[in-house]
Amino acid sequence: MNYIDQTVVMKKTNTRRLKNKLAKGMFFLSTLFGVVVLFILIVRIISQGIGWIDLDFLTGKLSTQVDRAGIMGAILGTLWLMVVVAPVTMIIGVSTAIYVELYVKNSKVKSIIQTNIANLAGVPSIVYGILGLTLFVRLLDFGNIVLAGGLTMSLLVLPIVVVASQEAIRAVPDHLSEASYGLGATKWQTIRRIILPAALPGILTGAILALSRAIGETAPLVVLGIPALLIPFPGGIFDTFTVLPMQIYYWTLDSSLVAEYANLAAATIVTLLVCLFVLNATAILIRNKFQKKY
Amino acid sequence: MSTVVQNNTQKLSVVNFNTQQQAVYQTEKLNLWYGQVHALKNIDLSIGYKEVTAIIGPSGCGKSTFLKTLNRMVELVPGVRISGEITYNKTDILHESFSVEELRTRVGMVFQKPNPFPKSIYGNIAYGPKIHGIRNKEILNSIVENSLRQAYLWDEVKDRLHQSAHELSGGQQQRLCIARCLAIEPDVILMDEPTSALDPNSTRQIEELIKELKKDYSIVIVTHNMQQAARISDKTAFFLNGEIIEYDQTNRIFTQPTDQRTEDYINGRFG
Amino acid sequence: MKVSNKDVNVRALINQQSKSKQFFKAMEKLIPLVLKGLTAISILTTGLIIFTLLAETLEFFKQVPFLDFFTGTELKPLSQHPEFGILPLIIGTITSSFIAMIVAAPIGLMSAIFLSEYASDRLRKMLKPVLEVLAGIPTIVYGFFAFTFVTPLLKGMIPGLETTNILSPGIVMGIMIIPMIASLSEDAMHSVPQSMREGALALGATKLEVTLKVIIPAALSGIISSFVLAISRAIGETMIVTIASGSSKQLTFDITQSMQTMTAYIVEVTSGDAPAGSTIYYSLYAVALTLFAFTLLMNLFARYISRRFREEY
Repeated sequence: MNYIDQTVVMKKTNTRRLKNKLAKGMFFLSTLFGVVVLFILIVRIISQGIGWIDLDFLTGKLSTQVDRAGIMGAILGTLWLMVVVAPVTMIIGVSTAIYVELYVKNSKVKSIIQTNIANLAGVPSIVYGILGLTLFVRLLDFGNIVLAGGLTMSLLVLPIVVVASQEAIRAVPDHLSEASYGLGATKWQTIRRIILPAALPGILTGAILALSRAIGETAPLVVLGIPALLIPFPGGIFDTFTVLPMQIYYWTLDSSLVAEYANLAAATIVTLLVCLFVLNATAILIRNKFQKKY
Repeated sequence: MSTVVQNNTQKLSVVNFNTQQQAVYQTEKLNLWYGQVHALKNIDLSIGYKEVTAIIGPSGCGKSTFLKTLNRMVELVPGVRISGEITYNKTDILHESFSVEELRTRVGMVFQKPNPFPKSIYGNIAYGPKIHGIRNKEILNSIVENSLRQAYLWDEVKDRLHQSAHELSGGQQQRLCIARCLAIEPDVILMDEPTSALDPNSTRQIEELIKELKKDYSIVIVTHNMQQAARISDKTAFFLNGEIIEYDQTNRIFTQPTDQRTEDYINGRFG
Repeated sequence: MKVSNKDVNVRALINQQSKSKQFFKAMEKLIPLVLKGLTAISILTTGLIIFTLLAETLEFFKQVPFLDFFTGTELKPLSQHPEFGILPLIIGTITSSFIAMIVAAPIGLMSAIFLSEYASDRLRKMLKPVLEVLAGIPTIVYGFFAFTFVTPLLKGMIPGLETTNILSPGIVMGIMIIPMIASLSEDAMHSVPQSMREGALALGATKLEVTLKVIIPAALSGIISSFVLAISRAIGETMIVTIASGSSKQLTFDITQSMQTMTAYIVEVTSGDAPAGSTIYYSLYAVALTLFAFTLLMNLFARYISRRFREEY
């Protein structure tokens, strides 16, 4: 009474194993696709842009003449933008995370705040641009200054900082705060002296990721009406400004008129990518250096 | 049947209270619920001044919960309700107006797992004094030295006070945690199975330390280890299912327990 | 043995600090209030977004009938007789997202399968950062890539392709969202309990059979939710389509032609200096509200699916 014919099974097994191998190859190629595209993108942009990067380009003023154009104004604008975004998102983001994780007791309130943060993270960046345009540029009448752009960007990247900080705070083991309470520390003392220092690496990593998102975003600033004209270098957060992505945007658009603008755009992209690389490398360094000690 | 036992225990604790000159803690009809779970039932207990009181019982009997009620750490668990009375030096500590921070300054706690802060050895000891407003460097230095000496840790760490506390061995970490708690000069030290995560040698050192500390401090220790309770405590309370079954001088509990369940537990028939 | 000649009395020192104690007590009460206020900013942001969009959209509907907006097939904001039908924009948006998903769904899902089921730990550790980098590249860079590299490349293959067309940005947008689908789907597959895998493998199933018959069905809601989130991301994406797809407002389904998406329309109107109060200016908000509603619904839907999924184990 043999229900299973071994020879048939063996035959079928061979085809099944072959299918598995083919599928594995296909899955691997799919994964490789991303790697290859990234490689092409980077090689292509670097080869197009690298020849245009020199000290004059990095420190020069914007110019309509292709070989005299520089991006110092955009670099400064990006830096000033960070000066606004970094503290604003850190203060609001970390405070929100502390409040949600450590103070809110009502689980319903907590879930409302969480859902809200998750939804904000999914709002298209251009909608933040419209909010910024309506609120900061028009209603509060800031105009196209760093502060308006920075506040808009801060709202945009806030969810990143909140979520990262929440995770970092949650990862601090309870036994540390218990030890602190056991010594008669108040809640805020425990938060400030024990929980926040322990969560700091995670918080900083999140903040840096948020910053790198902010300096690469373009759409909200386009909506705010940030120009890429011949404006003086910004010297503070109340000055009009442009940023690297805006510069890339205009040069790319105009490359159909003057082909060399595409090279300038590529050179600017290289500059932007280097900035992002430095920021992300810092985040990874922080993450590795302060691997959990408890 | 159970009511009879209940009465017995109540009588016992009353007798204890009368024969004792001073009690640091006195609980009366203490009940505690975690949500729907009734974790402590009508606990009446008094804890003697400068004595070591051991609390024994199987896991889940409420002994750790009881310990954490004494410094109100149990309130960190969401959904906890407490009724009854706990007096500490004749003050009602469950009263609304009573400051838990004040209480915890006077009542130190040592936890099951050594839990030094991710700071230096010095930073760990100085943490308590600092949060209570002591900033003077020289005073802090001498507090750190005194505390470490009391915990017999000074000689081992005096040359590396500013290294991370996490570089110490498990037993050293636990003695550091004891020293950290001594640094704010509490009156009472609560210990929640302080040696359960340690090797036998470190356990012996901690037990020696407890015997020394008892000269100056009242100590309540929760332990799984009955030999430990027998070795170091003056009085022992046996908890079962959230009730006190028996509470008496340690040598009486271990030689002639009055309750059958105590005897069964001590002889390892359940646990 | 207590150190006998102690030079400090800590207890007394602590008791002396009554002044700082009062300060701490005040801080304990003040700080939660400050934190609460700062937490309110994120709630307020949501409120302000909705309020701004709604208020200005209402103004818009005073000038353009509601039905004309949602059913109109003509969008001619600058003409003598302006028309404000949103359908061309919706078609453009859906088309570009559809193209993106044709690229991203299979490649993202297969990458997720490879990373979760086939790749060795070492290989996974090498490949995942690459995907993270791909996800971290600013969209403006993708826009540049679409316009200056992919479009010319495609022109060689498709003769009728216009310089600005919806196909090229659609494909590049697909590349952009591959990492999103790959990593979210991989998370979903990864959280399928190992015991389910082992059970099937022990019966002699191949990895492919386990993946198709056990892992994917078990992780299905997570995978679907990753698709929905990816579509929502594609709908909201702005720079790639703005740069590479131009601003034709013709209602067409020809992917070799220029089509405008909702996001690209917003960019066009805001860079065009539309005077506040004009119909064009208000149309900006009506389009933005439609966009916001689309993405919000999809995000809520994705959250709903993945939450149901979490309860399964």
